[in-house]
Amino acid sequence: MASAFTEEQIKRYSRHIILQQVGGKGQRKLLAGKVLLIGAGGLGSPAALYLAAAGVGTIGLVDYDTVDLSNLQRQILHRTADLGRPKIDSATDTIAALNPDVKVVPYPVRLSSENILDIIADYDVVVDGTDNFPTRYLVNDACVMKGKPNVHGSIFLFEGQATTFLPGRGCYRCLYPAPPPPGMVPSCQEAGVLGVLPGIVGSIQAVEAIKLILGIGDSLAGRLLLFDALSMEFRQLKIRRSPDCPVCGEHPTVTQLIDYEEFCGVPALVHSQEAEAAHGARH
Amino acid sequence: MAVQVRVTAVFQKFTKGAKTVKGQGQTIGQLVQDLERRYPGFAKQLLNPDGSLHQFVNIYLNDEDIRFLGNLDTPVSEGDVVSILPALSGGAAPLG
Ligand SMILES: [Zn+2]
Repeated sequence: MASAFTEEQIKRYSRHIILQQVGGKGQRKLLAGKVLLIGAGGLGSPAALYLAAAGVGTIGLVDYDTVDLSNLQRQILHRTADLGRPKIDSATDTIAALNPDVKVVPYPVRLSSENILDIIADYDVVVDGTDNFPTRYLVNDACVMKGKPNVHGSIFLFEGQATTFLPGRGCYRCLYPAPPPPGMVPSCQEAGVLGVLPGIVGSIQAVEAIKLILGIGDSLAGRLLLFDALSMEFRQLKIRRSPDCPVCGEHPTVTQLIDYEEFCGVPALVHSQEAEAAHGARH
Repeated sequence: MAVQVRVTAVFQKFTKGAKTVKGQGQTIGQLVQDLERRYPGFAKQLLNPDGSLHQFVNIYLNDEDIRFLGNLDTPVSEGDVVSILPALSGGAAPLG
């Protein structure tokens, strides 16, 4: 922790180190920081790149999908030459090429109630870049149970949302107590997404993770940030811990992790942004 | 009383593509029924058969979740902005 910077590190992180709110002390916190990214897709890509560039020392990546041509319109961790490779592998190469200070811990697995608690245990912050409800609820519940900050992002067409759930201050189920039933419109439609949109939302998630590690600023806890790329508007709505929340409320009814059923023919526990694409449900 | 209702992209196919619609009513519930009259099928996206709000849809009066106000009985006033937001499944695209 108190180890001296190399000359290269002093230069690499100089624009952080000269920031009063970061400094050498903050940069050491970042280098000692551990962030777990759920998904190496649209949201996970910019988040991973910025966290790596910032010198976050350990980045865990959960994804078992392979790189598809249709991913490259937005998933900037991966290159044309990576087509067909596991996303974990191309992401690891991209991050290593950007910053050798960063250790990538790969989890090429499907998240489930069986493995998620062990996976998140070691991390300071979880960044949720999933594209499906079963994983989103699983990640949420596991973060509540383990007391981990959960930085949420989601995108649809030209609109994005982001917030941060801090232990004891509410969770995704406070916002939406249960996922829509399978087959319920509008949760089951195919849609496009503006390629830059996850770049904005994933970068906001990276900012949140970095602020949490540094202990600076005001997180999005208690606020849902809405972004509309078409009107180029940011808005905020208040969110709060619900006493009736099934997982973090006064009388929780969800006390064990749930592996929700698959939605719309999509495998239940897909983690990367568009892992479904590999399974035939094109977006 | 005319209130501005902001509809997220997911629901815009029920409002003929409009991102913002005007609605009439004294309460959020009346507003939803007014929108249902003009956009048949809209209320079903928000409400359970018993008339309560779906668990995966939130309605905000200005920046406050109506669950922490008076739910569908929450009164609305001229100039208020109501936002309707369903849970987004996520990542890049797919709702589901
Ligand atoms: Zn909660």
